[in-house]
Amino acid sequence: MSAKIWIVLQQRDGKIQKMSWEAVRAGQALAADLGGTAEAVLLGSGMEEAGNEVGQCSLGSVHVADDESLAVYTPGRFARALEAAIATAQPDYVLFPHTYQTVDFLPGLAQSLDAALVPEAVSFETVDGSVVWQRPVLGGKMFASVRAKGPGPVLVSLQSGAFSADELEKGSAPIETLSLDFAAMSADREILRIEEAIAGEVDLSQAPVIVSVGRGVGDAEKIPIMQELADALGGELGASRPVIDSGWLPRDRQIGSSGQTVTPKLYVAAGISGAIQHLVGMKGSQVIVAINKDAGAPIFNVAHYGIVGDLHEVVPAVTAALKEASES
Amino acid sequence: MRIAVCIKQVPDIEARLRVSGDGTWIDEEDLSFVINESDGYALEEALQIAERTSGEVVVFSLGPERVREALRKALALGAARAVHLKDPAFLGGDSLSTGRALAGALAAGDFDLVLTGSQSDDVGFGSTGTVIAGELGWPHAWLVMGVELDEANKKVKVTREMEAGMNEISNLDLPAVLEIQAGLNKPRYASLKGIMQAKKKEISEPGPGDLGLAPESLGETGAKIEVLSVAFPEAGKGAQIIDGDAETAARTLVEKLQKEARIL
Ligand SMILES: Cc1cc2nc3c(=O)[nH]c(=O)nc-3n(C[C@H](O)[C@H](O)[C@H](O)COP(=O)(O)OP(=O)(O)OC[C@H]3O[C@@H](n4cnc5c(N)ncnc54)[C@H](O)[C@@H]3O)c2cc1C
Repeated sequence: MSAKIWIVLQQRDGKIQKMSWEAVRAGQALAADLGGTAEAVLLGSGMEEAGNEVGQCSLGSVHVADDESLAVYTPGRFARALEAAIATAQPDYVLFPHTYQTVDFLPGLAQSLDAALVPEAVSFETVDGSVVWQRPVLGGKMFASVRAKGPGPVLVSLQSGAFSADELEKGSAPIETLSLDFAAMSADREILRIEEAIAGEVDLSQAPVIVSVGRGVGDAEKIPIMQELADALGGELGASRPVIDSGWLPRDRQIGSSGQTVTPKLYVAAGISGAIQHLVGMKGSQVIVAINKDAGAPIFNVAHYGIVGDLHEVVPAVTAALKEASES
Repeated sequence: MRIAVCIKQVPDIEARLRVSGDGTWIDEEDLSFVINESDGYALEEALQIAERTSGEVVVFSLGPERVREALRKALALGAARAVHLKDPAFLGGDSLSTGRALAGALAAGDFDLVLTGSQSDDVGFGSTGTVIAGELGWPHAWLVMGVELDEANKKVKVTREMEAGMNEISNLDLPAVLEIQAGLNKPRYASLKGIMQAKKKEISEPGPGDLGLAPESLGETGAKIEVLSVAFPEAGKGAQIIDGDAETAARTLVEKLQKEARIL
């Protein structure tokens, strides 16, 4: 039996979201491994151009659900439309980019289809025709290998950066219309507006050096030692989410998937464990230095230089060493 | 307002972790456990809403015996009573079978609102609340950073985090499930009085039969995925670790940044 693989892309105003191309690549790779076909699915309104763009990938077809009711994302309509489409076409695997939008509706889709759900996969292996997915657990300190049990479709969301859009195979895929009973689908949520979260003053994207504070700093009173290091390096302070949530630094200093994305020349992460939501915001930095008392912290997997130790000792020591070096 | 909060007890992972004997999880023996971070914010939000509306908070958790400690803590913070799903049939599930069990326990409670955290810090499915909503046939929102109740119209206005610093503002009909993101409020500490009172509060322990649920649809048996193994990431790739005491390591680091990385 040859496997049918669907990839559900995410778009906004007709623009395909970046991680969706990575998901398409994952679908192509899975189809090659299993000896099946990969097909794309696009939901939205006015999808002609976007559909054609997706059609330039090597895919069996592009299914487009194009309806005004899908112009703005709602979990009810997106899940119900996919539920109907999946029930009819019966794909074996349905891949999604692991975006906040996907996480909002995908579990509901799995629940209504009674389908296996594998959130946040970062890789897969095929073993005798069955697929084993790897996904991070325990804040990225470890990875679990999981497999779907029983029959029915397997729904998988793929973490950012797990597959490379650069490896996408080009081709030409026919566009097919998904005709569904859109009028019967309810939104489950009345969208009032989409707005920018309180815009901050600080734009960290231009900072050449960022010294980033994690929960390991302990409390707000210890922020000055981080500021002194930032000053010595001529850089700015950044932070992980818990530091912001605790009110130790303002929200416009947050780095990560719900904060800013930065690529400085030097990124110093002190007392930051290295959860994926933080890493996506800083892993493109030229040189990463991690200071953490836990040698097993995942930040050390992306850092170039690491010091295992108490930041309350190490950070002031680095500041002192910088001053020493600039004086000599 | 009658508000339910689902909390999960998770291991504190700053400790050194070891793979368990059967290879599918970590050895929990020497670990300490805490209430999952975003669940703590969900509980605080529920307590604040209950205070404003003269309502009541009931806290639910699924997990082994140790979970009782987390429930006691929630009771000390102000929840009125607790429900502990600890029957072995409930345990070892994925988000589908776990959500099904919790929904079964919630269904009879006549709640206006169910709050959960957005994601657990151990397995991180980020799905259980949404599955609960599906089972109950209620609307839901994931990654909630703002909750404004409109009791008169039985609606709740929700601010939901999107990527890249955008927010979605929407209205949901009550009853609804909201999956709270960390940072929404400032969780309180338990008072001595609260801790004393908690000792007298009820923790009920219904089994699958009490909830009218078929045991085979629950826990590990009812799960649609199975964990084959857990492992640490491959050693070898990653940071060059600089040894020595703080002063020595700091000097070496500065030297390397100057001479090797050439960025200073
Ligand atoms: C949907 C979603 C979006 C998110 N968005 C973001 C985001 O944009 N940005 C973000 O950062 N996070 C985000 N998170 C949270 C993320 O998952 C992690 O919880 C967070 O990044 C952890 O922050 P941390 O590393 O500072 O804290 P922890 O994970 O608690 O790590 C603290 C670290 O400090 C170390 N430490 C403790 N004491 C010391 C000491 N004295 N010296 C040295 N080291 C010490 C510990 O060993 C540990 O590694 C998001 C989560 C979700 C679910």
